[in-house]
Amino acid sequence: MAKITYVEHNGKSHTIDVKNGLTVMEGAVQNDIPGIDADCGGSMACATCHVYVKEDWFNKISSKTEGEDDMLDQAYDPKPSSRLSCQITVSDDLDGLIINLPEKQV
Amino acid sequence: MIKTDALIIGAGPTGLFTAHQLKLIGLSCDIVDNLDKIGGQCIELYPDKPIYDIPAVPECTGEELTNNLINQLKPFDIKFHLSERVEEVKKNNGQWKVKTNKGTEFDTPNIIIAGGVGSFEPRKFIPKECEKYENTSIFYSVKDKSIFKGKTVSIFGGGDSALDWAVELSKDSKVNLIHRRDEFRGAQSTYNKVLELQKNGIIDLYTKYQLKAVTGNKQLENIDIIHDNKETKNLKTDFVLGFFGLIMKLGPIANWGLNLDKKTIKVDTEKFETNQKGIYAVGDICTYPGKLKLILSGFHEGALAARACFKLAKPNEKYRFEFTTTSTNLLKRLGKKE
Repeated sequence: MAKITYVEHNGKSHTIDVKNGLTVMEGAVQNDIPGIDADCGGSMACATCHVYVKEDWFNKISSKTEGEDDMLDQAYDPKPSSRLSCQITVSDDLDGLIINLPEKQV
Repeated sequence: MIKTDALIIGAGPTGLFTAHQLKLIGLSCDIVDNLDKIGGQCIELYPDKPIYDIPAVPECTGEELTNNLINQLKPFDIKFHLSERVEEVKKNNGQWKVKTNKGTEFDTPNIIIAGGVGSFEPRKFIPKECEKYENTSIFYSVKDKSIFKGKTVSIFGGGDSALDWAVELSKDSKVNLIHRRDEFRGAQSTYNKVLELQKNGIIDLYTKYQLKAVTGNKQLENIDIIHDNKETKNLKTDFVLGFFGLIMKLGPIANWGLNLDKKTIKVDTEKFETNQKGIYAVGDICTYPGKLKLILSGFHEGALAARACFKLAKPNEKYRFEFTTTSTNLLKRLGKKE
């Protein structure tokens, strides 16, 4: 279990408990956090669960999976801190993780 | 005006199998899809990715699945209307009048929406001013490459479209290729060609840069690009091409008076009918308690929606359930019996 804070683009933040083994995307979708669409359902076939992870956490979480950057090329406003939230699996180590959401997904 | 028993919106796996079911029970159907090819997400998003949960098919790629579904439709005469998007749906004398963006009109008692997650549209540039130059100086696809002759073209993107057009247009134009990172996801061989052209001073390559602003009067004149480290560069350019892949938007479907839940359409589980009589939704785009976004669910939903169409298409006939193994009627339609 990890406490994860999702910060919407307008600054509104939501802190929720997400079970180990779920992805950061699933944590958001199951708790109706606005701002993550996840059109493809987590198969890394779209870029609509795009999030930003600030440097301190970016280096702590598992690194990008193969093909993730290819999908991020197609995201809205990608930055060096961009990740696909369907590719970040939650574990106790992620307790306190802060996720920033882009202005929009599509 | 095309008269048809059922109009299917979306030529993905669910739309294709729904067409099979309609034709099998003796109804006519037309299929409209915004993409220029058949297959929907399977072809557009994951043609090479293996799928492992199609019943009785242990493993197949999105492309193989699509080809098999097309083969299964061979006995039938089905009209596909590709590169067309349904814009308008209106009720008229108990029928639905449907109009596409290309002006094709349908008159039908049944509309089956098998639209996946909506229609595919190009991902566009972020700066607002880009809209002003869209289709004059800024494009998301190339229709007539002769307009670029002798001009400066700035191409954004890291996939095959960006690389292919950079190589192609560099023959007659000055080309800038701009991408948000050092790696390109397009074919290695094309990338090598781009590097060679860069070495010979034919293509200017800017990596870790993205578009920041565009300026000009009637025509586009300059663009500002910004590096990951915030340094900006100003480039003189006549044209800008953006190749960031496709995104999916619900589009006009949102305006047809259907009960929506986020980006999905609420249906019943008997006919997969929406709150509008004669409009059904099947596959990923529909939602109901327990909905699973699996291709196999789409097949089931399409089969039931097809039976529901029968009633409205042939109000004076009674639908009879038959098996393809034994029914002479069905075997005739399948071309297996004279």
